[in-house]
Amino acid sequence: MAIEVRIPTILRTYTDGEKAVSGEGATLSEVIENLESNHPGIKDRLIEGSDLRRFVNVYVNDEDVRFTGGLGTSVSDGDQVVVLPAVAGGCRQARVKWSSPVGG
Amino acid sequence: MLSIDQATYDSIVAHAKKDHPDEACGVIAGPEGSDRPERFIPMLNAARSPTFYEFDPVDLLKLYKEMDANDEEPVVVYHSHTATEAYPSRTDIGLASEPNAHYVLVSTREHGNSHGPVELRSYRIIDGEVTEEEVTVATRSQA
Repeated sequence: MAIEVRIPTILRTYTDGEKAVSGEGATLSEVIENLESNHPGIKDRLIEGSDLRRFVNVYVNDEDVRFTGGLGTSVSDGDQVVVLPAVAGGCRQARVKWSSPVGG
Repeated sequence: MLSIDQATYDSIVAHAKKDHPDEACGVIAGPEGSDRPERFIPMLNAARSPTFYEFDPVDLLKLYKEMDANDEEPVVVYHSHTATEAYPSRTDIGLASEPNAHYVLVSTREHGNSHGPVELRSYRIIDGEVTEEEVTVATRSQA
């Protein structure tokens, strides 16, 4: 058994078009490291510094990880991780990019 | 080009007028790969702001799971600008994360909550590049 990671459309360029890939690890952070080793470049689209990017939502078994310990959230075999970029915007002029540091 | 039926068009406009002066937002889902916007899904603007919108993270997950189960995708992602034109802002462009979607913008700056025409325009936003496209509205029988 492994951990199923659901990949959003915009990140499928890293997974050869796959909607879901499998990962391993005891925490979300380890799963992302494991993803990075199989799909280089993907980690940078999810993490900024030592935290998840502001406009990237990650859920473990349907729970938003912002409320369960962030990157330290524990995961185990059979769990499902879902990655979804925020659907957001608006006329406020700010230099933001969903996958880049705020201000970048 | 975006092809949309009159009822869906009217639903987007009505939602934008109702939520004015806050920005309204939502999705029109359709069968994956079909480019047909069929299922109107108004979303709550969790930011409740006249200058920003964001789907609530819980609603977002529910929406995507539902679309996944139905083999649907977000054919249209719409939102309103309430004091500026119906053109993607720098924020809209930076945060656009659905390369296959038509991004529809409605401006309610002319008439607010009242009756009256609104500006509704559609764009593709891919890798930070905005391309406006024609919007064709069909009556329900033709759609």
